Amino acid sequence: MAALTVRQKLEILADAAKYDASCASSGTAKRDSASGRKGGIGSTEGMGICHAYAPDGRCISLLKILLTNSCLFDCHYCINRRSSDVRRARFTVKELVELTLSFYRRNYIEGLFLSSGIIRSPDYTMEQLVAVARSLREEHDFRGYIHLKTIPDADAELIHQAGLYADRLSINVELPTEGGLRRLAPEKNAKRIEGAMAVLRTAIDDGSDARRRYAHAPRFAPAGQSTQMIVGADQADDRAIIGRASALYTRHRLRRVYYSAFSPIPSPSAVLPLQRPPLLREHRLYQSDWMMRFYGYSAQEVAAATDPATGCLPLDIDPKLAWALRHRDAFPVDVNLAPRERLLRVPGLGVKAVDRILTSRRHRRLRLDDVARLTSSIAKLRPFLVASDWRPVRLADRADLRPRAPVLAQLELFDESP
Amino acid sequence: MYRARLNGPDDFDGWRDAARNFAMAGIPPDAIVWESGTDAPDLFASDTPPAAVVHGTFPVPRAFLDLAEMAILHSDPERFALLYALLTHMRDRPGSLEDRADPLVRRVEALAKAVRRDIHKMRAFVRFRELADTDGPRFVAWFEPEHHIVRTNAGFFMRRFASMRWSILTPELSIHWDGETLTEGPGAKREDAPMDDPVEEIWKGYYAAIFNPARLKVGAMLSEMPRKYWRNLPEAALIPELVAGAQAREAAMIATPPKNARRPGNAATVWQALREEAMGCTRCPLYKDTTQTVFGEGPVDAPLMFIGEQPGDQEDLAGRPFVGPAGQIFDEALETAGIDRTRAYVTNAVKHFKHERRGKRRIHQTPETPEIQACRWWLTQELELVRPRIIVALGATAGRALLGKAVTISRLRGAPIALEGAAQGWITVHPSYLLRIPDAARKAQERARFIQELRAIAKQLEAIG
Repeated sequence: MAALTVRQKLEILADAAKYDASCASSGTAKRDSASGRKGGIGSTEGMGICHAYAPDGRCISLLKILLTNSCLFDCHYCINRRSSDVRRARFTVKELVELTLSFYRRNYIEGLFLSSGIIRSPDYTMEQLVAVARSLREEHDFRGYIHLKTIPDADAELIHQAGLYADRLSINVELPTEGGLRRLAPEKNAKRIEGAMAVLRTAIDDGSDARRRYAHAPRFAPAGQSTQMIVGADQADDRAIIGRASALYTRHRLRRVYYSAFSPIPSPSAVLPLQRPPLLREHRLYQSDWMMRFYGYSAQEVAAATDPATGCLPLDIDPKLAWALRHRDAFPVDVNLAPRERLLRVPGLGVKAVDRILTSRRHRRLRLDDVARLTSSIAKLRPFLVASDWRPVRLADRADLRPRAPVLAQLELFDESP
Repeated sequence: MYRARLNGPDDFDGWRDAARNFAMAGIPPDAIVWESGTDAPDLFASDTPPAAVVHGTFPVPRAFLDLAEMAILHSDPERFALLYALLTHMRDRPGSLEDRADPLVRRVEALAKAVRRDIHKMRAFVRFRELADTDGPRFVAWFEPEHHIVRTNAGFFMRRFASMRWSILTPELSIHWDGETLTEGPGAKREDAPMDDPVEEIWKGYYAAIFNPARLKVGAMLSEMPRKYWRNLPEAALIPELVAGAQAREAAMIATPPKNARRPGNAATVWQALREEAMGCTRCPLYKDTTQTVFGEGPVDAPLMFIGEQPGDQEDLAGRPFVGPAGQIFDEALETAGIDRTRAYVTNAVKHFKHERRGKRRIHQTPETPEIQACRWWLTQELELVRPRIIVALGATAGRALLGKAVTISRLRGAPIALEGAAQGWITVHPSYLLRIPDAARKAQERARFIQELRAIAKQLEAIG
């Protein structure tokens, strides 16, 4: 077999990386190449930038790539597992560094998101990942964004080095339940994964603590750590997933938990026949995640929006509306009087709209058409709001406030019938 | 009418000085014609400055300056007048800038928002192409912004690409960075920028590979990357092809249904792991009052699968399906019909015993749709793993679990139903139904009918092989 060109390797290894949902390049320390030592390249300014969008609607911000797609592990949901017959490729450290820089110079990307299959040993693999980051930072003075996937079983010293070069580190918990992990990723271990996350959290906390005391203390993963969970490959319902995510947020202080609806992969595992969950389920989980992170709901409250029998969030309405329909006593809310936290619970009012209402109502008593000007969807809000000229009398008592029009289901593009 | 001339479409300082003077002199907004360098002069306006120029200052909130600095970059020719109107409005009513329900504030906010978006999109969508000249590599980009943002945005590119030599050419203005200083030049044409770059092919390869054709969402892409930007994005040339390819893949998958090939490997191990996982199932509340999950049993390569309703009292204690009174009737019927139960996979639609307590007895209750739905996850896994050729649903609950909708047994029984993936489905009564018929003659009749159906199934099984 002829040696692969860089382009062929890129195509194989990008294809293998696309099942990772995360592509964020935001929330790290501000840096640029105009200040400080000369000769560097790159900047991060807080807000991430999406340099392109693929036709699957996902943002392309980082060069998301694997160092190699060869892997010792045999995780059944993964296209790169040992027993899969995909074509294998491997980048050298130098090739990958040059590729990243040549993309960055042309303004295609914000930086690099590097992951890898496990080759030889976890330590060896981690060393290779760190070598790429080190070369970018030290040899090329690269000041763009770097996200490294961390191998849970790698040596603590290697993880420490990774944190010094990378903006963000992540360890995937893979599956929401331990049973699922045992069945689908037999070589992985939930305890070790969580152990590694705890190590990271401690290191990140220590790093920011040191920064508070000494201005020159090195930064350790300033954009924190994140993780990813595969939805629909094991038996966990949404309530269990929300609970798990909430525990991860608080225990390991994660910046983000990404959900990835199990996507049928080419050449599926011989032992793993699965049907894909609806993509909408992933979307509802992200909405519930937003409710916890920005709207002040506790995990128990979000869980109250799930269907008591199936434990899943309704697919036809968003979880915030579902919560409101189960807590009718909390509505309607007076836009002119209610505190911020009550307004945030109104279905259809976002954080920005609430802030606009709060500043505007210092200057006038808001009528319904004022509210309409401050928000995008007044029709959805009306049953839940009281304004100076509006009170939902019959509307609020209607038994069914679900959207009356037939809900359009998201059709499956590729029907994976049994 | 007064005329105010500005030095360019983004001349904020000029606007600020002029607006201050007009406002101090108390000139109303509709008495001023604003002209920036590019517009034709207004015939009726006078160049005379306001009669009594009152020098001095008056305070405006910082937020207004931030807003105006953005909004003035908009391409709307009315922006200067709108900002002046907002300035006077704000003088009359201090704090009105916070009133986001005010139509004028909203209008100016909308201008600023469009400018901010344009600035962000320029940072995202500028694409450099590499040139080599005597001093080494140089990177040149052609970009067409919607608003007058190039000068404001130069800082971003300086901070990011400090050590590179680069130029950004736009129709209105060009900016050049030589590693030390930023210089401005006149507007340019697309032809002035290099026409290609070898790295673009690699980038396009990446763009095509990172796209997941299983989740096409063209609308989401278009809302963030509208068509107007496409002509300057090398990767956008691939979009029609990628979308068509994903659609063709879909069509091909519909044309050739997935093969029902038997999958080799360690199905037994997976079944074992699946069963273990199911032992801890809490997908519906039924697990709370039961002894254990009663999972299916039988060979994992069985050609025949029976689906019952749910475990009963004895099954719940034994942990195996069909061992109670209904199980005995079932076993007898199978034997009479000549079916070997050990060669069939036997399971239930719901894997926990739903019951209510009456005195010391646990009385069976029919599971409801949510419970069947919750438990269908396990059944689907079993069906996928065993892949039986013939699936027999015993009773209405099993029928619902198998077909996903309410079934009428009397209408469907007695004949095979085609299922997805080349399997054959049968629906008949649950053996416990036979237990509950009080009239002995009818009981015998129904039992005979049940056995007759089992015989037909056995025959089909032989025919399939």
